[in-house]
Amino acid sequence: MAVVFERPHALADTLMHYCPGCTHGIVHRLVAEAIDELGVEDRTVGIAPVGCAVFAYNYFNCDMIEAAHGRAPAVATGVKRTHPELVVFTYQGDGDLAAIGTAETVHAATRGENITVVFINNCIYGMTGGQMAPTTLPGQVTATTPYGRTPKIQGNPVRVCEMLSTLDGVAYAARVSVDTPANVRNAKKAILKGFKNQLDCKGFSIIEVLSTCPTNWGLSPKDALFWLRENMIPYYPLGTYKDVDAPKEETK
Amino acid sequence: MKGNEAIAEAAINAGCLYYFGYPITPQTEISEYMAKRMPKVGGLCLQAESEIAAVNMLLGASASGTRAMTSSSSPGISLKSEGISYLVGSDLPAVVVNVQRGGPGLGGIQPSQADYYQATKAYGHGDMHLIVLAPSTVQEMATLTGEAFDLADIYRTPVIILADGAIGQMMEPVDFSERKPRELPEKTWATCGHRGARKHNIVNSLLMEPEELERSIRDRFERYRKIEENEVMCEKYMTDDADIVVVAFGIAARIAKTAAQIARSRGVKAGVLRPITLWPFPNKEISALADTAKAFLSVELSMGQMVTDVKLACECRRPVDFFGRTGGVIPAPADVAEKLCAMSRELSI
Amino acid sequence: MKQGTYNILIAGFGGQGVLFAGKALAKMGMHEGLHVTWLPSYGPEMRGGAANCSVIISDEEIGSPLVPDPDILIALNIPSFDKFEPHIKPGGMLFADSAMIDRKTSRTDIEAHYIPASSLASDNGLSGLANVIMLGHVIKKTGIFDYDAFLKDLVSGIPASRSALVEGNTKALRLGFEY
Repeated sequence: MAVVFERPHALADTLMHYCPGCTHGIVHRLVAEAIDELGVEDRTVGIAPVGCAVFAYNYFNCDMIEAAHGRAPAVATGVKRTHPELVVFTYQGDGDLAAIGTAETVHAATRGENITVVFINNCIYGMTGGQMAPTTLPGQVTATTPYGRTPKIQGNPVRVCEMLSTLDGVAYAARVSVDTPANVRNAKKAILKGFKNQLDCKGFSIIEVLSTCPTNWGLSPKDALFWLRENMIPYYPLGTYKDVDAPKEETK
Repeated sequence: MKGNEAIAEAAINAGCLYYFGYPITPQTEISEYMAKRMPKVGGLCLQAESEIAAVNMLLGASASGTRAMTSSSSPGISLKSEGISYLVGSDLPAVVVNVQRGGPGLGGIQPSQADYYQATKAYGHGDMHLIVLAPSTVQEMATLTGEAFDLADIYRTPVIILADGAIGQMMEPVDFSERKPRELPEKTWATCGHRGARKHNIVNSLLMEPEELERSIRDRFERYRKIEENEVMCEKYMTDDADIVVVAFGIAARIAKTAAQIARSRGVKAGVLRPITLWPFPNKEISALADTAKAFLSVELSMGQMVTDVKLACECRRPVDFFGRTGGVIPAPADVAEKLCAMSRELSI
Repeated sequence: MKQGTYNILIAGFGGQGVLFAGKALAKMGMHEGLHVTWLPSYGPEMRGGAANCSVIISDEEIGSPLVPDPDILIALNIPSFDKFEPHIKPGGMLFADSAMIDRKTSRTDIEAHYIPASSLASDNGLSGLANVIMLGHVIKKTGIFDYDAFLKDLVSGIPASRSALVEGNTKALRLGFEY
């Protein structure tokens, strides 16, 4: 009998701690598929963040390092610069990458560190229980914006791909989503490209994945996917913001 | 050669080919020296965007099994303390240099020893110790740097070189062939790709089960016990017949030696015990001296920090006095000698 | 070198070659197999601030590298003269650039030497070498090092591509020595 579906080898055979309906599992799988397809598991080192994906080091079969909050790009820099032959990726959430770790993110990007960054944007701090993230939308209610995020008070959300695409060291910046099967397939392509870029020594690649947090958004998994589509995608348009391989007009 | 440059060259000699730093006075010579030398020896000197990033780059390098170093001065070290705690929690070897200047806050840029408490008690959050080495000559800046890398690898712990602006900026002759490297364990834990030859490695400081975390800390403290047993270093100077023993480290120890000479010329039998390891502290050596000496004097470039450890080490069997200047002021040997003579009179020694 | 310990303090403005002069003395001591220390005072400004350095050259191990009470003070400007002249050890020596310092010591327990090093330098096309002129005079009056050996050591660090510097330094050292 032909096998048509199986667990990627790079994905650990273990129970994940993520909430029902959370899209972290999908993105983990996509990353593992990319590692499998490129055949690089034996020389890949992943850097886990602090946030919901803090236990990511238990979910992959490649070597893993657990970094301090926001510091994954700096840790990745240390690994990659001392071992250029390794494939190094970070997996970070919005608080980790775009709040406490903004400096590390921006500078790893502008230095053109030859690493792959998988960035989960779900507009909220999940692990600590639903507080405002740097990407929380205007008007969005969270535990620390109980009256809705008011830009005059809590400031504006940050659009990471748009910001990083202005930097010379960035080879690839793309925003994808995992709300529909079609979008999941596109996300896979983008993640695979992010890893391929590293093998081709092109520089810093970031794939921002719009994700859901049904638990902290207070929605069912299905409604969360609708919420993402109706609220996040208009504010965070999908697409490729920078691609050193593509003719200029093809990127945003 | 300057003390700071001696550290840099000694690190390279010890096989450290990666340096991550951020400029700050009075340790910038380390960065500059590394920037010049590293490309010539096939290494890398990377100027990070912050002290925080630099120590985390060090963490990444160390996690993947490579010798690497970062350095800073007091305010920058405060920023690194997060990363230092993670290095400890992840059982990673690392060498961190602190060329101390005056604090708190921005403080000043002149030499200081006011980070003693921070270095020996609280370089990061959590149950932890670090090996803290205190060089007092440019030669020792070199030898102890080599030693620091070996100790870090053997005990899987960060090692701090606690220098100060004076030793960092000072020039003295230095011989790089003085030290014999030690036998080192293999880094089987390193995250450098499993290559299909082993189960994947995880470098991590997060342990959610209290019992599991406790066990890991107890294991680490077992290693600390071995360090305390085997790695204490100190120098004794004219202590055999000393009535008053000055305890001083780093630049202060040099001042103390000159002061002891002056005091002896005035009939006060003074000697100097110089801790080279500040952690582990030479408790046994000080306790032994408490049998023969009548009093102790802690001399520091601070308001008095090590003095508490001296008191603990001699278990209050002898009076322990303190003399220090702070804020970047360096005490004069004559003032320390005067203090010794005054102690001698007060205690009718 | 003559027996003993020399505690030397060199003081002036940044840019006068204070640190270089100190290094030249320390380097020579090192090459003679003596114990030496060189300790600069450093300030935040790169140019023009107060600069001084302590040099100790000794046939014994050196404790404190600081020189609060010098055996030899080399003063290159008025603030340095005012600040450090009172601290020269009795029996010690003062060297002052008299083109920069318009006053003389009133102390009778020290040996004072005045040499207009900066004007000698500018008059002889040796701008920036007043420090070396001072060194030449210090070597003459203290006898701390042999003149020829010191000159050789001084110019040995200069790359061949900058032969004009060798000539300038040689001339400056000679000027000070013969003054």
